[in-house]
Amino acid sequence: MTSKVTPRVRMPATAKTGEIIEVKTLISHEMESGQRKDAAGKIIPRHIINKFTATFNGQEILSADWHPAISANPYQSFSVRATQSGKFVFSWFDDDGSVYTSEHQITVS
Amino acid sequence: MQIEQVVRTRREVLVAGAGAAALAALPWTPSLAASGEVDALIKKVAGDSKISEGRISLDLPGIAENGLVVPLNFSVESPMTADDYVKSVHFFADGNPNPQVADYTFTPLSPKAAAQLRIRLAKTQTITALAIMSSGEVFSTKKEVKVTIGGCGG
Repeated sequence: MTSKVTPRVRMPATAKTGEIIEVKTLISHEMESGQRKDAAGKIIPRHIINKFTATFNGQEILSADWHPAISANPYQSFSVRATQSGKFVFSWFDDDGSVYTSEHQITVS
Repeated sequence: MQIEQVVRTRREVLVAGAGAAALAALPWTPSLAASGEVDALIKKVAGDSKISEGRISLDLPGIAENGLVVPLNFSVESPMTADDYVKSVHFFADGNPNPQVADYTFTPLSPKAAAQLRIRLAKTQTITALAIMSSGEVFSTKKEVKVTIGGCGG
């Protein structure tokens, strides 16, 4: 059931100074909980995204540690403040060591 | 005597059947987390701080039809300035095999200590949210969710 992991982020590309903007993120991932058994009765090993971080110009805005209780294809939305033009980086950290990132440039006027 | 044990009433058979079906439908083998585990986790995060009610708005459905995808929205009242902000928010589910759900860390750069996510719930249970403020104050709130079909399994 391994499929390509694709992060998707929706946020505006422009904003007014000080504006609070909403960021919506979704990443396709099975989030195998480590609780399920396969047809042969063997436990399917845990394989989840265990951490999410959001940074702006290299400074952390928020981070989240996720446990197997997070649904498959984790959705998450949150708010950020547009203080100046710059780059948002969103990262998802997989149990297998992979890191998926999505970068978004914002122009603040 | 022996016959009495073997012959079951229709109701007994139905009840036994329903029990077996419920057991077969249970998606996991490990025992579910006890509330004692949640208390231990809260203690680990909050230490000996006094835990007060309030400040956290925890939005969860009262009844979740599908435990695999339960929307959880939260926000914590705070000015979110450099000297008064929400440090972290933690979620625990006492009826899941692993009671930890998610731990959020905020910084003064976050305009709001809020997020929306989707969680899995194994069965009807209580979700506890715990918020740690930069001042060291700790707030908590709880909400029960009735789950019709459990999550985490097939």
